[in-house]
Amino acid sequence: MGKLRNVSSNPHVRSSVTTQNIMVWVLIALLPATGYGIYNFGVYTIFLIGVSIASCVASEIISAMVLRKPITIGDFTAVVTGLLLALNLPPAAPLWVPVLGGVFAIVMVKQLFGGVGQNFMNPALGARCFLMISFPAIMTNFNCDTYSGATPLFNLKNSIQVDIMDMIIGRTSGTIGETSMICIVIGALILFAVGVIDYVIPFSYIVSFVVFIGLFGEYKFNWGYISAHLAGGGLMLGAFFMATDYVTCPITPKGRYIYGIILGILTGMFRIFGANAEGVSYAIIIGNLLVPLIEKVTIPKAFGIRKKAKKEAMKA
Amino acid sequence: MARGTFKGGIHPYEGKELTKDKPIKSVLPKGDLVYPLSQHIGAPAKAIVAVGDHVLTGQKIAEANGFVSAPIYSTVSGTVVAIEPRRLATGAMCESIIVENDEQYEEVRFRPRKRYDEMTAEDKIEAVREAGVVGMGGAGFPTAVKFSPKEPDKIDYVIANCSECEPYLTSDYRRMIEEPELLLEGLKIAVSIFPNARGILAIEDNKPDAIKIFKDLTKDEENISVKAVKTKYPEGAERMLIYAVTGREINSSMLPADAGCIVDNVDTLCAVCRAVKEGRPLMERIVTITGDAVNNPRNYKVRIGTSYAQLLDDAGGFRKEPAKIISGGPMMGFAIFDLDVPTTKTASALTCLTKDAVSQFEPSACINCARCVEVCPERLIPKNLADAVEHNDEKKFLHLYGMECCECGCCSYICPARRQLTQLIKGMRKIQLANRKK
Repeated sequence: MGKLRNVSSNPHVRSSVTTQNIMVWVLIALLPATGYGIYNFGVYTIFLIGVSIASCVASEIISAMVLRKPITIGDFTAVVTGLLLALNLPPAAPLWVPVLGGVFAIVMVKQLFGGVGQNFMNPALGARCFLMISFPAIMTNFNCDTYSGATPLFNLKNSIQVDIMDMIIGRTSGTIGETSMICIVIGALILFAVGVIDYVIPFSYIVSFVVFIGLFGEYKFNWGYISAHLAGGGLMLGAFFMATDYVTCPITPKGRYIYGIILGILTGMFRIFGANAEGVSYAIIIGNLLVPLIEKVTIPKAFGIRKKAKKEAMKA
Repeated sequence: MARGTFKGGIHPYEGKELTKDKPIKSVLPKGDLVYPLSQHIGAPAKAIVAVGDHVLTGQKIAEANGFVSAPIYSTVSGTVVAIEPRRLATGAMCESIIVENDEQYEEVRFRPRKRYDEMTAEDKIEAVREAGVVGMGGAGFPTAVKFSPKEPDKIDYVIANCSECEPYLTSDYRRMIEEPELLLEGLKIAVSIFPNARGILAIEDNKPDAIKIFKDLTKDEENISVKAVKTKYPEGAERMLIYAVTGREINSSMLPADAGCIVDNVDTLCAVCRAVKEGRPLMERIVTITGDAVNNPRNYKVRIGTSYAQLLDDAGGFRKEPAKIISGGPMMGFAIFDLDVPTTKTASALTCLTKDAVSQFEPSACINCARCVEVCPERLIPKNLADAVEHNDEKKFLHLYGMECCECGCCSYICPARRQLTQLIKGMRKIQLANRKK
C-alpha cells in the first residue's frame, strides 16, 4: 500500500462561487450609487462612508474577540453592511452617527445573534431604524452644501410638484445612496447578470407596491405619480439591495413571492397612511421578522409527492 | 408533458474532452482477479467454488442468493486461490473470490436458452437473470427484477439512459458511437418483454453525433425513438430522466414501473442483448480512466475483476501527483485512498484529480443564499435539512421530505459557504433507512 489519498463523501468538485466573491460582487454593484452619492453631495460623504465601513469592521473584530469566535471579516460581509449603512445616512450627518450605527448593526443585530447568517434582520437597516428613532432630527435633516429643503417624497406627500427626471438621475436631496434610480438599477443589473440575486423578490415587491399605490394613493393609477413614488426615497435601493439580503429573506421559492408582496404592501401603507414620507426601511425590517413564519408555511412539496402521497411519505 | 429537462440541476465542468475522442481499448487482465460477492443491490451472491478449484472464463462462481440478487461469473480461466474479505471502492470490506489468472482464457461454450424468435418474455427475463445482469450505471439493481414488474402490460416506456450527465465519464458515449447496434438490439429485447411498451433513447444534447447515429438507425423503427434531453447534471438520475422524457413524477418510495417506465443504462442494455441472444453472462464493461492527473486518459473494455491499478498502468500512470482518486465520476463517485480495488459490475470510471476541491476550503457559516434550494432537483430545502441533521432533529428531517433526497450532490457543489450539505443529509438518510429495517 502506497501513500494514502484523501477520501470524502461525494461530490468531489465545487463551484467557484464563494461567500467572499458574492460579497465582492455586491460591493461592485454598489459602486455606481456610491460614486453618484459622493459626486452629488460632496467630499464630506467620503468620510461618512469610510467611517461607517471602519466602524463595522472594527466592531466585528472586537466583538468576535470578546465572544471568542473566529474573526470572519475576510468574507467582506461587514464591509457590505458598513457601505449599505452609509448609503442610508443623510449626507450631512455628524461622524459619530456612522460609528454608533456600525456598532449597533454589527454587535447588536449580527454578532449577538450568532454572527454571519444568523441575524434576524438586515444589520444596516436595523441600525438605520435605531438611529431614526433615537436621533430623528439628525436622520431627517437632508440639508447639506448642495441641497436644502425637503426630499421629493416629502414634497410628493404634501402635493408639491416634483421633477421626475431629476429623481431618476438623482439630482435631489435624500440619503447618500438612494437618490439615483439609474445608478441603483445599473448595480442591480450587475447582480442579476452574475446571478447574485434573482428577480423574484425585487419584482414582486415593486409590482405589489405599484398596485397598492395605484389603488390607495392620492392620484390612483396616475403614471407620473407612480413613477415619482418608484424613483423617490429608498425604494430602489431597498428592493434591489436590502430586501434581497440573503440572510433575511425566505429561501423557499413561494415564500419569496409572499415576502416581496408583503414588503410592497407595507411600504405603500407606510408611505400613504403613515406619518413619515418614507417607509421602505420599516417595511423591510417588519418583513424580515416575518421570514421564519413565511418559510414555515411555504415548504415546497418534494418532487413526485402529491397530496395523497404526502402522508405516506411521512409515515414511511 | 415532456420538456426534456427538469427544474434545478447544475452545470459542473464536464471534463469529457479528455477521453471522448479516444476509441475503446480492450485490455487483458494480469495477476489475480477479485470478484466481490456483493456487486449489486440485494442479497450477496453465494460462492459455489472452493479454494483450489479450476475455473473457466464464463463459469459461474457464485449463485444468486434470493430473488433480489445476481450470480457472478469468472472472467478469466485459472485457479481459485482464496475466498476472503477485500476492500471495495466504497471503503467497505466484502467477501470476495480471488482467481489466479492462467492467461489461457479458456472459455465455457455459451449457448442461448432457445432460438431468439421462440423465446417468450419469461425466457428473456430468465436469460437476463441467469447472466447476472445488474444496473451498470451505479446502483446495481438486478435487471431481471426490474424486468418483472407486477403489471407488465402497464409499462409504456423502456428508456435507455444514454444521458451520461456525470462529469468526466465517456464510457456510455464511446459505447454508443462504437457499438450502436448492440445497444439498440438490447433496447429492442427489453421493449419486447412488455406488450405495450415503446423504447426511447434519452441522450443529452452535448452528444449530437450519438443522437444522429441513433436517429438514423431508428428512422424505420415504429416502436423506438430518440429523445434529446438537455445537458445538465443530474439529467441521468432515474427520477429526473423519467420526468424529462415522459413528464411523469415519481418519489423515493415508488419504482419507475409505477410511472409505467423501465430505465436501463447503456452498458446494461448491451449486456441484456448478449445474455438473451448468445447466452453470455455479464463479464465485461467499459471503464473510463480519466482526470488531469492521468497521462493518457481513455476508455477501456475491461473484464470485471481487473484491478484499477492495472488499468491506470495501461493509461500511462500518473502525469502529476493526484490529490484525489475517485471510483466513478466526481459528483457521485467514491473517493478511494488506494488503487488496490477491483472493478465491479457498477464501476464506471476512475477519476484522478490533481486538486481536491473538498479539502481546499473549510466550511463556513451558511448565508442563506438559497442556491441549494434553486439547484435541488428534488425540490427540497437542503439548508434546512442539513440544519435539522446538525440538531439531530429527525422529525423535522422527515417533515422536510429528507428521505426524498437522491444524493446527487448539487447542493454541496453550489454552496458558497462550502457546507457539506449532501454528506449531512446522506448520513441521516442512512440512519433512517437502517431504523426502518429493524
